Amino acid sequence: MTTIQMPVNPKAKPADRHFSMQKIVLWTAVVLIILFSFAPVLWQLLTSIKTNADISAVPNVYFPQQFTLQHYIEIFSRRPFFNYMLNSMFVAVTSTLLCLAIGTPAAYALARSRLPGERVILAIVLIVTLFPYILLFLGLLELVRTFGLANNYLALIIPYTAMNVPLTILVMRTFFQQLPRDLEDSAKVDGYSTWQMLLQILLPMTIPALATTGILTFIAAWNEFLFALTFITRESMKTIPVAVAQLSGSSIFEIPYGAQAAATVIGTIPLVILVLLFQRRIVQGLTSGAVKG
Amino acid sequence: MTDTIRSRERRTGWILLAPALLTLVLVYAYPIARSVWFSLFTQNLGTRLEPVFSGLDNYGRMMQDGRFWQTMSNTMVFTISSLILELILGMGIALVLNQAFRGRGSVRTIAIIPWALPTALIAATWAWIFNDQFGLWNDILLRLGIVESGVNWLGQPNLAMMAVIAADVWKTTSFIAILLLAGLQSIPNDLYEAHSIDGASSWQSFRQITLPLLMPQILIATLFRFAQAFGIFDLIQVMTGGGPGGATETVSLYIYATVMRYLDFGYGAALVVITFLVLILVVAIAALALSKLRTVTGGMNQ
Repeated sequence: MTTIQMPVNPKAKPADRHFSMQKIVLWTAVVLIILFSFAPVLWQLLTSIKTNADISAVPNVYFPQQFTLQHYIEIFSRRPFFNYMLNSMFVAVTSTLLCLAIGTPAAYALARSRLPGERVILAIVLIVTLFPYILLFLGLLELVRTFGLANNYLALIIPYTAMNVPLTILVMRTFFQQLPRDLEDSAKVDGYSTWQMLLQILLPMTIPALATTGILTFIAAWNEFLFALTFITRESMKTIPVAVAQLSGSSIFEIPYGAQAAATVIGTIPLVILVLLFQRRIVQGLTSGAVKG
Repeated sequence: MTDTIRSRERRTGWILLAPALLTLVLVYAYPIARSVWFSLFTQNLGTRLEPVFSGLDNYGRMMQDGRFWQTMSNTMVFTISSLILELILGMGIALVLNQAFRGRGSVRTIAIIPWALPTALIAATWAWIFNDQFGLWNDILLRLGIVESGVNWLGQPNLAMMAVIAADVWKTTSFIAILLLAGLQSIPNDLYEAHSIDGASSWQSFRQITLPLLMPQILIATLFRFAQAFGIFDLIQVMTGGGPGGATETVSLYIYATVMRYLDFGYGAALVVITFLVLILVVAIAALALSKLRTVTGGMNQ
């Protein structure tokens, strides 16, 4: 992992007297960071397996005597929760693949083709990443109505693809710039056409970088809320973020804290797994996307 | 001969670039241009949803619209407070994660988790933590004896604002920490060694080496986060819905309500345009500062 290659911190002077004191401070900070990052999620997890009596106990119950899966059963039986998962998965995967398919060639062109106006295009791409979705939502709403795309996943897939294109371009362009040019030149000498060279030689080499980008685009698409809330209103077609958010308002008499916690846990698990598996790639992608641009 | 190769290369380049550019035009340029056009019309229930040209009326109305100014000021308070807190906390986390200790890789992984989770779900989580009756936060405060009875965090204007800021800080600090950590790793050790030989303390080397060399990363993180926080929607919509009494309503929520609830499309478009202009202005200033900084620090960071 990247972490092992890091040099020992220069400020940690090996002066023995300070050593233990510094260590205590360091470990306290580490424990605080873990607590900070995990506590809210853990609290939801705990809530989701507590009985209703324990959930509404004052003072709060931190170590319940009994656990229940009732809330999980409830959300899957009362709501099409399995559908929500599938919907989110479908939209996120499709838009990720589309985004890689159109973003990668563009990144290659910006890295290699020496186009006039290249810098302008890059600057625009960078600025576009800063636009909040609310600025697009009115114009997109009109497009969705004009083309009759309400309650059609294209209304999500197209914007999700577009909103991830800038990141794809930035990350993949950095990657292509680091590739030695000789490789492409010698392929051309060997008689490959440009397209053959791109598909047969370059593409296989880009797979790790594609994976890095793909994880980031998948996360962004899975998490999007505004468009999903506006363009998809049919219950069975909703995605996870919208479905969970609307769970809270579903009943006036009994606010389903347990069910909501269970739903949150279900919606977060795929992402926690992604982070655990690919943290190095995520860090790589984020830093090369943001910093090197 | 070389000319034809160059021009063929360029043509291939444009072909490769075209799909991405077209998508960006369709999803970014067109909707914003369309909003500019829309904003010159009055189109609401009063006009039976038919567009009627009204020039700059919508902008004039905005000047008089107390709710607009309120949401602008809410947005600024939210954005600036969460940015400052995130930068301080993010810097702290980055400094700790840059130290050598056992299990550092795992702690770094854990620290990324908040960034990756869906904001809407996080909003639900924090609304539950700040729940007035059974919330975790009230329980902790009660046990520590800081408050005597449960506080209605989401029910009082200032407290609700603090609650949404806290949730946002939790969610996005890790993004800043990741960026700053990458910056920290690129600072060569020799600098610190030379500095400490000169008798500088840790705090002095932080002030004189770390901070200046980290400036590009700090500015980039600030720029990204400013834009995101300025357009915050999902977190607040789910946590408070803009309440109580509009105390946490940001510009995005106002735009959304104007369009979706009041069906006031022309005015909503004008709100979009103004928000866009404010954002572009801030980005331009930040970009200028960034490019100046890059020329000052020279090749050190690239």
